Amino acid sequence: MSDISQTPSQIATAGKAPSKHAGSLLAQSPHTKKRNAAERRFRAYGMAAIGVGLLMLLILVTTIVGRGTGAFQQTYVTLNVELVEKKLDKSGTRDLAAIKKVTTFGYAPLIRDAVAAKVAELGIETDLKPKALAGILSKDAAATLRAFVLENPDQIGETVEFRFLTSSRVDGYMKGRVSRDSIANDKNISPEQLDIVDAMVGAGTLETVFNLDFITGADASDARPEAAGMGVSMLGSLFMMLVVLALALPIGVAASIYLEEFAPKNWLTDIIEVNISNLAAVPSIVFGILGLAVFINYMHLPMSAPLVGGLVLTLMTLPTIIISTRAALKAVPPSIRDAALGVGASRMQAVFHHVLPLAAPGILTGTIIGLAQALGETAPLLLIGMVGFIASNAPETLADGLLSPNSAMPAQIYEWAKRADPAFYERAWGGIIILLIFLVTMNTIAVILRRRFERRW
Amino acid sequence: MNQITALDKTVQTNKTKISARNVNVHYGDSHAIKDVNVEIEDNTVTAFIGPSGCGKSTFLRCLNRMNDTIDICRVTGDIQIDGENIYDPRVDPVQLRAKVGMVFQKPNPFPKSIYDNVAYGPRIHGLAANKAELDEIVEKSLRRGAIWEEVKDRLDAPGTGLSGGQQQRLCIARAVATEPEVLLMDEPCSALDPIATAQIEELIDELRNSYSVVIVTHSMQQAARVSQKTAFFHLGNLVEFGATGQIFTNPEDPRTESYITGRIG
Ligand SMILES: Nc1ncnc2c1ncn2[C@@H]1O[C@H](COP(=O)(O)OP(=O)(O)OP(=O)(O)O)[C@@H](O)[C@H]1O
Ligand SMILES: [Mg+2]
Repeated sequence: MSDISQTPSQIATAGKAPSKHAGSLLAQSPHTKKRNAAERRFRAYGMAAIGVGLLMLLILVTTIVGRGTGAFQQTYVTLNVELVEKKLDKSGTRDLAAIKKVTTFGYAPLIRDAVAAKVAELGIETDLKPKALAGILSKDAAATLRAFVLENPDQIGETVEFRFLTSSRVDGYMKGRVSRDSIANDKNISPEQLDIVDAMVGAGTLETVFNLDFITGADASDARPEAAGMGVSMLGSLFMMLVVLALALPIGVAASIYLEEFAPKNWLTDIIEVNISNLAAVPSIVFGILGLAVFINYMHLPMSAPLVGGLVLTLMTLPTIIISTRAALKAVPPSIRDAALGVGASRMQAVFHHVLPLAAPGILTGTIIGLAQALGETAPLLLIGMVGFIASNAPETLADGLLSPNSAMPAQIYEWAKRADPAFYERAWGGIIILLIFLVTMNTIAVILRRRFERRW
Repeated sequence: MNQITALDKTVQTNKTKISARNVNVHYGDSHAIKDVNVEIEDNTVTAFIGPSGCGKSTFLRCLNRMNDTIDICRVTGDIQIDGENIYDPRVDPVQLRAKVGMVFQKPNPFPKSIYDNVAYGPRIHGLAANKAELDEIVEKSLRRGAIWEEVKDRLDAPGTGLSGGQQQRLCIARAVATEPEVLLMDEPCSALDPIATAQIEELIDELRNSYSVVIVTHSMQQAARVSQKTAFFHLGNLVEFGATGQIFTNPEDPRTESYITGRIG
């Protein structure tokens, strides 16, 4: 209205001027054509961008799956081992202390004999000595045997059927990672040994099956990649996540509620707000070195402990949780707070009875995403020594889990990827699959929560 | 027409419920309410009218200290309810708001069941000793909100699932459930159709028997229909305050007259 009245001359001429849109509607004007072409081009760019993204994702997934699935399969050989009493328990008293004195070294001959017996039984002709024959087995085999005997001393003297891990070379040969050409200069395995393997496969003694130990087991030393598993580092991650959840969620939510609902808006809270956003952008390695300086060097908490890892990751996750919680609180319409205050609720009642329940899905989503980030974080763990350490036993108590040295899933993957043996490399990819399954599951839960509780006020 | 309905009303004098003296409100640097003096009576409907942005809501929100929730808002002056200054440092605003209920412009039921919407106030103020008493309060309040018949079979349904007019009546029921002494209503009918508006106006007239009601409205007709006293605000000033009949038929201030005639015209 007002602009018309400001320009009366235009009104006067409006009637006489020829229409600016005189052409037929059935024919596109040059201007329209240009606009439509621009729109088509833009759509093409968009689709191309999405196409590139999907292609990358496809490459990523196929690479990971292609390289990692091998880790979930492992080659085993079935042997009958005679637990010779003379070698394992000279006194014959089944005294555990005495049996323990026999090291894995003492078990090696039993295994050698068992392999030789098997080869003979299958009628395989070979020039190899029993020692070379036993080379197709993992160095872990003797330890497996010893653990069994210590657990079941009454079995000494019997012949027991065992399924032993084969060496990583044999496993690689079965999976196609190792070929007869590639082992030309490999002193860990010879073509003759592979002949035995082929014969055993034919007889069904040696087979590649699903590898539960990879998921539940502990890491193993450099010489035994075939025995290495993710299980213990998964527990390390679990204990760290417990620490993060127990600290970051209450602290983060309390801080956000205070900042969002109670704190006066002044320069101090502005500074705090800016700094929380800054904190979210701080590279994780900085938190790592902070953890090293404060928690380990100053507070003398144990190195490599999930407790320290959890504390460091808490620092890292807090800003994420605070930011998403504040966003969730902000998204609750102010009319709900007014309504509560209007009937005489206190601020705290308004927050806890009405605002928080409405914000809960958002808070939960933010927390899960924060946890997922923390779960995949590697850099800070390098600095507090949660890498390169081989935890061989699963922790038994909560305190043990928190305080005894351990690794975490991403740190374990990093550790494996770093080792020379290609069998470890395969396990690193396998570990990535496990880690990704966790992350995708967590993110899916977050999405489902968001969908399910999305507000209908 | 409307002026005549307003004229018909017998203007009786009741005892003063709220008395405001030299009230000034600032939002940061802007001066929203300028030296307002007004006496609001018990068992009376007082209407606040005036052009948009003149400070009606701001002044209304001073009466139950809802302005406390706005950081930049500063209130000075003296507002007394039953002779007690509500801005006295000893006054707990939460306790005050239980005494001075409020209904907002936009219906804002809690996203909970109809029952819980109404029961919430009595619960937090401990007005009911047991479930039976609470049920009774809920029913009574919903009846007073003129919505009982419509919702009695679905008290467990969410309050947000009702129509706009029903939601607003639910909000009124929620406000009366805490048994306030003053009821503040900020444009309670602005989102409603004429039928729902008529229902609520009828309700307001009834509420007058138990409460002192203050209503902000943009509708001259509504002010004339439901109120006994009218206050006209303009640019933060209280221009004129008096009996509704007199304001609508024989305004003293030319600004009041031009506003009323301009709108009703
Ligand atoms: N939260 C706030 N912050 C800053 N200024 C505000 C705030 N609320 C209101 N004001 C200002 O105070 C003045 C009065 O506003 P108020 O909402 O009281 O007007 P009103 O009479 O209720 O208007 P309407 O009829 O449109 O609801 C306006 O100039 C407005 O810009
Ligand atoms: Mg208003």
